[in-house]
Amino acid sequence: MYHYNDFDTAFLAERNAQFRAQVERRIDGSLTEDEFKPLRLMNGLYLQLHAYMLRVAIPYGTLNSAQMRKLAEIAERWDKGYGHFTTRQNIQYNWPKLRDVPDMLDALAEVGLHAIQTSGNTIRNVTADHFAGAAADEVEDPRPVAELLRQWSTDHPEFQFLPRKFKIAVSGSEVDRAVTKAHDIGLRMVRNDAGEPGFEVIVGGGLGRTPMIGKIITPFLPKADLLPYIEAIVSVYNLLGRRDNKYKARIKITVHENGIERIRELVEERFTAIKEQFAGFDQKLLSKLETSFAPPAFKTGNTKGFEAARLTNPAFASWSDTNLSAHKADGYAIVSISLKAHGATPGDATADQMRVMADLAETYGHDELRISHEQNVILPHVHKSDLPAIYAALRDAGLATANIGLVSDIIACPGMDYCALATARSIPIAQEIAERFDELKLEHDIGPLKIKISGCINACGHHHVGHIGILGLDRAGVENYQITLGGDGSEDAAIGERAGPGFSADEIIPAIERLVLGYLDLRDSADETFLQAYRRLGAAPFKAVLYPDQAKQNAA
Amino acid sequence: MPRAFTPKVVTANHLLEGDVIYQTATGWTRDLAQAEILEDEAHAELRLVEATQQRDVVVGAYLADMEPTDAGPKPKHFREAFRMRGPSNYSHGKQAEL
Repeated sequence: MYHYNDFDTAFLAERNAQFRAQVERRIDGSLTEDEFKPLRLMNGLYLQLHAYMLRVAIPYGTLNSAQMRKLAEIAERWDKGYGHFTTRQNIQYNWPKLRDVPDMLDALAEVGLHAIQTSGNTIRNVTADHFAGAAADEVEDPRPVAELLRQWSTDHPEFQFLPRKFKIAVSGSEVDRAVTKAHDIGLRMVRNDAGEPGFEVIVGGGLGRTPMIGKIITPFLPKADLLPYIEAIVSVYNLLGRRDNKYKARIKITVHENGIERIRELVEERFTAIKEQFAGFDQKLLSKLETSFAPPAFKTGNTKGFEAARLTNPAFASWSDTNLSAHKADGYAIVSISLKAHGATPGDATADQMRVMADLAETYGHDELRISHEQNVILPHVHKSDLPAIYAALRDAGLATANIGLVSDIIACPGMDYCALATARSIPIAQEIAERFDELKLEHDIGPLKIKISGCINACGHHHVGHIGILGLDRAGVENYQITLGGDGSEDAAIGERAGPGFSADEIIPAIERLVLGYLDLRDSADETFLQAYRRLGAAPFKAVLYPDQAKQNAA
Repeated sequence: MPRAFTPKVVTANHLLEGDVIYQTATGWTRDLAQAEILEDEAHAELRLVEATQQRDVVVGAYLADMEPTDAGPKPKHFREAFRMRGPSNYSHGKQAEL
């Protein structure tokens, strides 16, 4: 993985010193809150419902064990002993004190982490496929490109005051695990007819108030053109994007209002104008980065122990059925560690759990960890012979829940339990759904199903692309939950359709239960997933199970 | 006839701690029961201005609707109830500290 060079270290130290001085000036009264707020946001510091919140970027979701241990140390020393992993591959600390934040940032810098541009109208943390560098279906590891984008976008003088925030996601595989079609720019690595790797470039996707699936601006961009082309897109948006209305300021609206053809023309024009200025430096940098992301030295060995453990330990067999994915190296697997124990807060890990995961990565996983946008932790490179030991350690730490991709593997934003923007709570709804389906013991029969919950229209919980999406709203002073159906965050991305009137906090869990049990009756076989059944049958039979009274009236 | 004024308290976040605070007649409290209930609109506006001027103590002061009870002000909206109590997933915040 990438390690900071002297330039990165010096830059970060200077930036942290600046912020330390800004905090001091706020505390001594030299800066007003209006003056201080944009400065703290640039450094990831929010003021939320109950406390400050520090959002730390985990670039493209990649961590080593030392970084994970540092996250644990920070959680214990300056927070309440846990951290919250988010849908943008960040970690959030919910309880920092203003005076402590400069020390927290210095501690992060010790391991090459920062909170720069995790807020504000800038290019945010670049996210990537959480199986990057490991997935069997990968064209190339997307992380060198993601790191190139991180370096280019960090403190980029032209892009510090964009019309609105700007999110880039990169997938190294044609299978999209990075929700590239719901980002301002999505990059999906593909090969052209000559077999050369390049990118399908998607612009103008996004969720929130006006959900849009991104549009393809170019079906194949050679890797060598990537940085000038991305700079051209952001540059065109910077000039054309609306600053008169916050709700129309994202690039999805710019693309929608101007049309993809017009945007493409402008981007091509700008690209031609600036391409020469890059003078190949970006390519030199990229090839250096590719070296630092070289795959680890995979070991060889037999996997008989793994097979034997599967036969003798049903719990291990179940976990390995749901929580492992295909690795590109022989004898290896990708391990997804669920942060969704039934009844737990999605995405939360205690400091002790972080240390267990760091130790496992160091001992068995070539020192690598990933954070997924689905709020789980990944050990990307594990030899199958080590899986029984890993499973045992995870089980002892409460981290061996066998539910990846199932009904209780729910994405949920912090909602009104923490977030100042939220209109309703998300976390308790996620907890109750997971507990209910655990009681029913149906989770594995139900099969792949993505439930995603947001506590407001901004859609941090990606509800629009949930197979079942739940949106929490404030209806006349009461929490109310709207259901959307048929959303999909994959390469076949689709925005879910609203099912009908919302449900109260008491009604939403039974409603989800009716919906899922209804699916079990509607599917043509156990192999047909919820999403496939929905696509085959349409919304009507699902609405009928959600709103039985209405269905009865219609039948009468 | 003008609409009846809903009683209010001035609330904000503390600059250093970041947590929820409420204005009292003489200063600030973390306990909503101790907060000054404002039943007159003009007085409430005045108290908000006074709160906003304390820039080195409080952040984001505003007026929150309350119902006066014998036990003190009771939040009208669930958001204020959560601010008063803390998150529902852990016993953190005011519910653990007061």
